[in-house]
Amino acid sequence: MPSLSVPTIILAGALGLVALTGSQPASAQEHKGEQLYPLFTYRTGPYAPSFIPFGAGNRDYLRYINEVEGGVDGVKIFIQECETGYTIERGIECYERYKNGYDGALTAAIYPHSSGLDVALTDKARIDKIPIVSPGGGQNIATDGRVFPYQYPLIFDYWSEAQIVVDYIAHQVGGTDKLKGVKIATLYHDSGYGRDTIEPLDILSKKFGFEDIQIPVPHPGEQQQAQWQQIRQAGADWVFLRGWGVMTPVAIKTAARVGFPVNHIIGDIWSGSEDDARPAGGVAKGYLAVSVFPPGTDYDILKKLKETIIDTGKSDLKDDTKFGTVYYNYGVIEAITFVEALRTGHRKFGNHPLTAAEGQWALENLAIDDQRIAALGAKGLISPLQTSIANHKGETIAAKIIQWDGTRWDTLTDWIKADTTLFADVIRAKAAAYAQEKGLVLRTASN
Amino acid sequence: MNFFLETLVSGLSAGVMYSLVAIGFVLIYKASGVFNFAQGSMLLFASLTFVTLVEKGAPFGVALGTTALVMILGAILIERLVLRPLVNRDALTLFMATLGLSFVIEGLAQLLMGSDVHMLDLGIDDLPVSVGGLMISQFDLFASGAALALVAVLSIVFNKTRMGISLRAVADDTLAAQSIGIRLPAIWRIVWSVAGIVALAAGLIWGARQGVQYSLSLVTLKALPVLIIGGFSSIAGAIVGGLLVGATESLADIYIGPLVQGSVSTWFAYILAVVFLLVRPAGLFGDRAIERV
Repeated sequence: MPSLSVPTIILAGALGLVALTGSQPASAQEHKGEQLYPLFTYRTGPYAPSFIPFGAGNRDYLRYINEVEGGVDGVKIFIQECETGYTIERGIECYERYKNGYDGALTAAIYPHSSGLDVALTDKARIDKIPIVSPGGGQNIATDGRVFPYQYPLIFDYWSEAQIVVDYIAHQVGGTDKLKGVKIATLYHDSGYGRDTIEPLDILSKKFGFEDIQIPVPHPGEQQQAQWQQIRQAGADWVFLRGWGVMTPVAIKTAARVGFPVNHIIGDIWSGSEDDARPAGGVAKGYLAVSVFPPGTDYDILKKLKETIIDTGKSDLKDDTKFGTVYYNYGVIEAITFVEALRTGHRKFGNHPLTAAEGQWALENLAIDDQRIAALGAKGLISPLQTSIANHKGETIAAKIIQWDGTRWDTLTDWIKADTTLFADVIRAKAAAYAQEKGLVLRTASN
Repeated sequence: MNFFLETLVSGLSAGVMYSLVAIGFVLIYKASGVFNFAQGSMLLFASLTFVTLVEKGAPFGVALGTTALVMILGAILIERLVLRPLVNRDALTLFMATLGLSFVIEGLAQLLMGSDVHMLDLGIDDLPVSVGGLMISQFDLFASGAALALVAVLSIVFNKTRMGISLRAVADDTLAAQSIGIRLPAIWRIVWSVAGIVALAAGLIWGARQGVQYSLSLVTLKALPVLIIGGFSSIAGAIVGGLLVGATESLADIYIGPLVQGSVSTWFAYILAVVFLLVRPAGLFGDRAIERV
């Protein structure tokens, strides 16, 4: 090995130091005055197909706010992506990285984009005082903001979804009084998410007299012949399909194999995207699903995005055919909740980037009413949303029923509202039990 | 009784599909004693390549042939870049190499072909027909036929041809086989190519059932108990193991599931595998390891 002279070593060291310092950020406060939006992504792995249009909807709306509207009340949003691969451990790393802001930009809230991560962050968020927001995928128990001050399961929950499905079936059979004797089978992903509707359906079956049949499908659900034979043998009239990923197309195909009518299968919100129905091919035509994130491009805000972001080549979408799909619109809706929370906070605290404490206040004082929805150009895309300390989900829970026509979704109904009072006591009792177990003091408006 | 028989038959047909995946593992294990962790990724890559070509307008036959060629090319590259530098290393080292390989293949697939979910239509209806009073899916009949054809071809190749005998010699004693002039790199290239084509067949059948998407590589989880039961080195074992796993998990879901208020098929196959490990560690048809101590 050739020996190096001392000057050469010093020169090499100096060059190395220059290179190192040159690679440092110019300033750690480069984004001061901006609002951080930590975008937890899963662009890799088996769930990437759902994230890619969802993330694009999210980014496109925020880009529209920044570039067309000049920011939220003048405050620019600074997006920092963090790849979780839809794993909890990497999600926690992302949370730790961005919980205190980044490069001068402040964190007002974190959207973990994973129900599992939402649960995993419950205690951490309480200690760190960081709002965790999971539209459509949060913990139902966390609706009670007196016990869960930092969790926001905005917009929707699976208990209300069960109620909406039963309500839709009641309409089809001629009213709730005709539900007696109707057999509703729930085919669920055998996980915490899937099992979440067992209890509300039990309550609803006792109330309305329908027969409640519960059938689990093991993850990932690539083989369901036995389950569908059970459904056929039980003589089920309707199937509420609570799938995830590959489970949905396999369910639709297997239903066809046992001769179950596809237009009597109602998928849940995670069984109701284009990627859930399309792989099932022709037999999926007529398949129904619950939709909180209605697909389509015929909304004013989508038209604005088309004109200013998509057509100008600024979209995060690589494939424009995904524009207006269920997951794209979900991304837009979620971004709307973030921006509206910021606006709410600005009205109270002034037009500057919000801290996490200010973000918490804003999220539990959200009031997106019909008038505001019209102003946003989101009429028909989102339903009114009003939160409070006692209700972190929102007062009005509603969804539409959509139907697959073989190539795209058609919207069958207007918003079907859930009766939020029906399960409110049960949810509050569960939250109270949780508070007792953890030794938590219930919050009130005064404390 | 009819319900029981239909459940049994549907379980057996699911088992045939598990066997198709398991055969790919067996081929490589027979040639090198290595459990190829990348088999699921190869299955995903093959089906994704095929469906991408079809979507780009390639006729079925052209897409099939091109994908087979891609899998053969992949096998040559794997042999040259991964296996050859590790020749004569222990099985664990090679296993770790296949583990890394699986990430590379999945990453490449996503990089080159995106991560969209694709519909795959092989032109065979997945609708039931009556066979002896039982309702059986036409697609299941097709899959069973494809598996049987594949097993027949592989059995002839491995038992009656010079290449097959060479392969068995390599599996039995690599150094001794090399000493009599059998070229290990060539054998590995051939075996990985055949495993790639088997992955294509399995990928097409599974892809047609559930759509071509990234979770397709997870079907290999079903192959593991099949291999333990049937034996890692036997194609016949893969078939019998697959049928056993398919039938028992299907029946268990129907008759035991309600007793435990949950799905049992995921772990039931593994319980069965553990029982076999205790009673017959080499599996039903596997070779017993005999070593000089």
